[in-house]
Amino acid sequence: MAGAVSDDEHFRYVLRHADDNLVIAQRYGEWISRGPELEEDIALANIGLDHLGQARSLLTHAGELEGAGRTEDDLAMFRTEREFENLTLVEQPNGDFAATVARGFLFDTYQLGLWEALSSSADPTLAGIARKAHKEARYHHRHSTRWVIRLGDGTEESRRRMQAGLDRLWPLTAEMFTSDHVDQAMVERGIGVDPSSLHLEWSQAVEDVIDEATLEIPTEPASQTGGRSGRHSEHLGHLVAEMQWLQRSMPGLRW
Amino acid sequence: MAYSVPRMEGDEAVPKAADPGGWPMWEVFIRQRRGLSHVHVGSLHAVDSEAALQNARDVYTRRSEGVSVWVVPSSAVAAFEPDDAADYVEANAKPYRDATHYDIPDEVGHM
Repeated sequence: MAGAVSDDEHFRYVLRHADDNLVIAQRYGEWISRGPELEEDIALANIGLDHLGQARSLLTHAGELEGAGRTEDDLAMFRTEREFENLTLVEQPNGDFAATVARGFLFDTYQLGLWEALSSSADPTLAGIARKAHKEARYHHRHSTRWVIRLGDGTEESRRRMQAGLDRLWPLTAEMFTSDHVDQAMVERGIGVDPSSLHLEWSQAVEDVIDEATLEIPTEPASQTGGRSGRHSEHLGHLVAEMQWLQRSMPGLRW
Repeated sequence: MAYSVPRMEGDEAVPKAADPGGWPMWEVFIRQRRGLSHVHVGSLHAVDSEAALQNARDVYTRRSEGVSVWVVPSSAVAAFEPDDAADYVEANAKPYRDATHYDIPDEVGHM
């Protein structure tokens, strides 16, 4: 087996995808009891649970790869936000329902391509997780896509909010397709997929839906990146603090 | 407060969750396994049939996915209420409609 450096990259690669799912699961959880309708409340909770399940599998796998005895709970509850490697997109606040739909839509489309590619990863555990996650991603993608279309091609207010949601998040999408040395190392070992290779299909899929929703494709240029290196927007700290405070105040608490 | 939904510029007071009258109601029927009948499991509000199917999956198939889900606009369902039952349901016992009402002579044997 290769030396410590390669394994660290494998660990980080799995960890960043775990963090994407863990963070967005927290965001979906914030909608519980606040959904616009009871059925959507349940739908958003279900989607959040799917992401949490993916996060758990990935965190457990990452802990095993690291070989330092850290469990999924250790990784979720006792890292600081600088050690989280999630995309800046997924930590953005929920905003209104259209903003949540926009964030879901942009991320779900990315995950579809990602999980499909990772289904043939040389890491069999990762491939197994990816195959299951891909089915869930198809459901999430259908949910968010249909809402983009309904809201965009809807009333004056729904259209305004849907466009605003997309406009605000667009500059954060470039980060999803930016490679770093961790990605490169994983591509070389057949474990990972080059994020930039997912960009074209994502763009076409996203633009088709935005067109069908009779909305404008945003033109804002890419802004902040750095999530994959632990440099986050101001939002992640609050999310992590809320998620972790219970375990940090009573470490090892179980019920 | 951390959870308040940020308001956009120029928002008037946003009405509470959509008036249920705004989203049509749907009746949900699920067939758990091949060979069984669809069973009515409940109802939900959804904006169109695709949302209704999606929501039915979320609300009614949490523990086990059925093999078939039907959603029907509630307005398409014709029904009679218990108060109307007298018009539709046979209130009077009519035992002569049942074979057990009749004595069979022993010589005939089992029928």
